[in-house]
Amino acid sequence: MSQTFKIRKGYDIKLVGEASSNDLGLHSPSTYAVSPLDFPGITPKLAVKAGVKVLAGETLFFDKDRPEVKICAPVSGEVAEIKRGAKRKILAVLMLADSEVSYANHGAFDFNRVDREAAAGHFSNTGVGALITSRPYGVAASMNEQPRDIFVNGVQSGPLNGDLATQLAGKGEAVQAAINALTLMTTGKVYMSYDADLPAVAELQVEGATNISFSGKHPKGLVGTQIAKAAPINKGEVVWTVNAVDLPIIGRAFLTGEYAPEYKVAITGSKAMNTGYATMLQGASLNGLISANINAENTRIISGDVLTGTQQATDGFLSFGKAQLTAIPEGNQTEFFGWVLPGFGKFSTNRAFWGWLFPNRKYDLDTNMHGEERAFVVSGEYEKFIPMDIFPQQLLRSILIRDIEKMEQLGIYEVVPEDFAIAEVACTSKLPLQQIVRDGLNDLRKEMM
Amino acid sequence: MKFVQNIFDKTRPLVEKDGKRNILYPLHNALETMAFVPDHTTHSGAHVRDAIDLKRTMVTVIFAMVPALLFGMWNIGRLHFAAIGEEAALLDSFLFGVLKMLPLITVTYAAGLGVEIFFSWKRDHPVNEGFLVSGLLIPMIMPVDIPLWMVAVSTIFAVLIGKEVFGGTGMNLLNPALTARAFAFFAYPTWMSGDQVWINTKGGEVVDGYSGATALGDLATTVGQGMGNPATDAVMAQFGSGGHYSFMNAFLGLIPGSIAETSALLILLGGLFLVFKGVGSWKIMLSFFIGGFVMAGIFNAFAVNEFMGLNPLHQLMLGGFIFGMVFMATDPVSAAQTETGKYIYGFFAGFFGIMIRVFNPAYPEGIMLAILFMNVMAPLIDYYVVEANIKRRAKRVAHV
Repeated sequence: MSQTFKIRKGYDIKLVGEASSNDLGLHSPSTYAVSPLDFPGITPKLAVKAGVKVLAGETLFFDKDRPEVKICAPVSGEVAEIKRGAKRKILAVLMLADSEVSYANHGAFDFNRVDREAAAGHFSNTGVGALITSRPYGVAASMNEQPRDIFVNGVQSGPLNGDLATQLAGKGEAVQAAINALTLMTTGKVYMSYDADLPAVAELQVEGATNISFSGKHPKGLVGTQIAKAAPINKGEVVWTVNAVDLPIIGRAFLTGEYAPEYKVAITGSKAMNTGYATMLQGASLNGLISANINAENTRIISGDVLTGTQQATDGFLSFGKAQLTAIPEGNQTEFFGWVLPGFGKFSTNRAFWGWLFPNRKYDLDTNMHGEERAFVVSGEYEKFIPMDIFPQQLLRSILIRDIEKMEQLGIYEVVPEDFAIAEVACTSKLPLQQIVRDGLNDLRKEMM
Repeated sequence: MKFVQNIFDKTRPLVEKDGKRNILYPLHNALETMAFVPDHTTHSGAHVRDAIDLKRTMVTVIFAMVPALLFGMWNIGRLHFAAIGEEAALLDSFLFGVLKMLPLITVTYAAGLGVEIFFSWKRDHPVNEGFLVSGLLIPMIMPVDIPLWMVAVSTIFAVLIGKEVFGGTGMNLLNPALTARAFAFFAYPTWMSGDQVWINTKGGEVVDGYSGATALGDLATTVGQGMGNPATDAVMAQFGSGGHYSFMNAFLGLIPGSIAETSALLILLGGLFLVFKGVGSWKIMLSFFIGGFVMAGIFNAFAVNEFMGLNPLHQLMLGGFIFGMVFMATDPVSAAQTETGKYIYGFFAGFFGIMIRVFNPAYPEGIMLAILFMNVMAPLIDYYVVEANIKRRAKRVAHV
């Protein structure tokens, strides 16, 4: 019997441009990119040079401090270029894909051996270990850690998030294999979360996991919320989190030994001419896809959703672990006396504008900041959107003054940046909350290592 | 609106980093961002943002203050003409008030914004909107005839010592508007209290029976006389129905006092607007009212003089209680920041306000002192509320 948690604090940002059920087909461009920037907390060390040929599932780079954290090639082909920025920082490994993907064969995993070490090696070598996020800090998990529990997030409630039933269709066997593999990695529980407000997804009806379900508002779909409700993280504990969309990839790596990070990516947003689902591999160039489906003029292309996604150029790539693309208009225009007008049509979580009279309206939001950054003035604002037993503003202040002890006391171990995303949207003072939390976690991690 | 944008674009080189008038950059920036919500787009974190910003929050508070302000302007005119025994139409009274109030508002904004702009320039950050509200609150809580230079000095003191030394808006410990009033109260007591300052009587002879005192000033004279003393009958008659300070008059605001603090009705209307808009904290307002009511109720039950014996609700309608509750105690920066803390903070601000007023009749403005005191205590309240959370978390670790 699964336990259901009702999430009352939070906010559903309703946007136009939900993914339709259209199948936009297979998108297989010739260029791919894997960026170390998608992995906070990693110091990338290259395993390849420009010009070499790699198979799908061979390591492109790994973490200098934790070499068992490997990031592997999503396709087979030639490493075309190592893109570097200032101080030779690695921005991306660009690949030219073969027309037919050939896989590095890591071998099928023998589930008859209940052997954590063998499973850890398989996770690490096939590259699917990087799909697991480790908390606290919110970084790619090292298979040498001993997680207290593993949380699999089967709720997608963020703005314009895709439909899991569509994205996982027909992949039930691989999902179950992934759960079996994850079970080997912890002595604690593997939690599987469900959206209690949606019909059950057949592929997620797995065995061997502890079921928890969530109803109510976003952030019910953030695994941080789920952990806080089911079993909060304490100092010294490690918890792993996995997104349901990644389960088939993990499962396939265990069933066949192949690393094939294929997603049914939800194409969404008001600037998408055709919304729907396109099948593609992680790291795929968005080139052809955008010209066919998105009106790219003055458009922000986001890998992921508007709360936590990363901005992509029109010739950008699908970021690691993301199964959604959002296209919304850029908001680079001024507005005459916009702060005084009644604002019936404006999006606000706050009743200071009159838009709240229409709670079910869907908005076509752009990327305008609607104001300048200020100091903390309004109190009690963030609490409304973070259903955890923490004091968000006090925690943020402790991060800003780099008070490690206070951060710990106020519960920084329980949060990652995405947990502050809705509060960041709502923030009157326009403060970069997610960045502040990320900086705090990085500082803390440095201190602890 | 192109021509407005053109003006800003043309003058910008003058005030930019190497420009001749760099000190005016904060003013230029403030005016420009006021005229146009900037075209800045998100560059980190969430890609979309709420339409709200601090300007919106502050202008909402100003909207809430307008009814009380308009009433206050009319009331000072009405009291003026009544005192010199002239009949005056509603519009005449109002115009009198406007002419009195405009210089006060102008001087406050000029003095306060001057300091703000200087610090913005020194610290290289934009001018904060906080003073939009403070700058209107300050004249609203001054007596009508206070000299302009005193307002200017008080305002500068409040912005400088009350706010900027702590780091500007968002960092201040004390409510700047109340700091200004407290400064004026202690620095220029003869202009801020007594029975000469509340009603303008220039330009005419006062009529017979005129008294320029406030309700609280009159009540203070009953202290030490005991209950039911015939000597206090004349004063107390004013608090009965039909008297100058009857409950109805106090509720509607037809009594002397600081310019815009008198009309409980219109201030409460503004308070409702703030709560409805989600800008003012109903937790603070409610607990403030309860705190004051409890204290007034205790006094009423154990009254040894007529001041203490006043009906608790009537007590709350007098002086700056309602104004302090709606516009002063709710300042988010100087109030308690935690939701639990807000109840405690509000309760004691109201509680102490009535206590100071009644126990020390020399300070009829007990509300102001109580709120300032609770401003100072707010971080302590928050400290204990947050500490409870820390303990709860630590306990969880211990149990595992």
